[in-house]
Amino acid sequence: MQYSLPSFLIVSSLLFCLGMYTVLTRRNAIGILMGIELVLNGAGLNFVAFSRFLEPSQTTNLLSGQIFTLFIIAVAAAEVAVALAIVLSLYSRMKSIDVEDFKNLRG
Amino acid sequence: MTDLIFNVFILLTIIPCFWVALSSNIVHAAFSLLITLFGIAGLYVLLGADFIGVIQVIVYIGGILVLIIFGVMMTQRGKLLPLSIQLPGKLFGAVLTGVILAALLLSATRTLWPVAAVLGEPQLTSAAIGDLLLGKYLIPFEIASVLLLAALIGAVLIARRSVRGE
Repeated sequence: MQYSLPSFLIVSSLLFCLGMYTVLTRRNAIGILMGIELVLNGAGLNFVAFSRFLEPSQTTNLLSGQIFTLFIIAVAAAEVAVALAIVLSLYSRMKSIDVEDFKNLRG
Repeated sequence: MTDLIFNVFILLTIIPCFWVALSSNIVHAAFSLLITLFGIAGLYVLLGADFIGVIQVIVYIGGILVLIIFGVMMTQRGKLLPLSIQLPGKLFGAVLTGVILAALLLSATRTLWPVAAVLGEPQLTSAAIGDLLLGKYLIPFEIASVLLLAALIGAVLIARRSVRGE
C-alpha cells in the first residue's frame, strides 16, 4: 500500500474490527481485554495519522492529535490495571475466568 | 523506500492481529499482541510521531502487555476452557464485524479528506508536546494523572479485598 492517509485509515479499521471481533467472541476475560487493546490502538493510530496528513490551519494545532493518543494510552493503562485486578479477584472467588460463568449478579 | 518500510510495518501489525482474534491458545494470542503493538509503534514513528512511538513501546509493551501476560499466567491453572464462544454466536459476531468493517473501509477510501498538498518534513515533537501538555491541555493532563492514581488505588483495593476475603 501507498504511504497515504487512506492506507493508515484502512489499517486502523482492520485493527478496530479485529479487536471488536475478539471482544464479541472470546469467552476468556483476558482475551476480551486484548481485544479492547486492539480497538484502542486503532483509534490512536487514526488520531496520529490525521495529525500527520491533514492540512494545517491557523486555528488548530495538528499536534493535538498526538496529545489525544497520549491520553488514550494513559486511559488504556488505567483500564488494564483495574480490569486485571477484577479478573484476578473473580478468579480467586470463582476459580474461573470464563465470562459465561459470570452471568448471575448475585454470585 | 518509505512505501516498502510502511508495508513491512503494516504486515507486522495486521497478521499477528488475526492471531489475537482467532488463536485457540491464549498464550499465543498474548505474544501475537506483542508483535502487533511493535508494528503500531513502527507506524507511529513512520508518521513522524517519535514521542508517541517511544511511549507506545514503554507503556504498551513494557507495561500493559507484561500485565496481560502476568494475568494469563496467574489464571491458567485448572481445566483448560474453550477460548471462544460456539458457532451461532461466532457467526453473528463475524457478520456484525464485517458490516462495520465495510462501512469503515468505504468511509476511509471514499471521503475527500482535506489532506495537505505537500507533506512537510517530520519535526521533533517532544518539545512541542511538552508545551501543549503544560499549556493548552494542562487540565486534561492533571485529570489524567488523577485518573491513573485512582486506578492504582482501586486496583490495589480490589485485589486485596479478594485476598482477605478467603
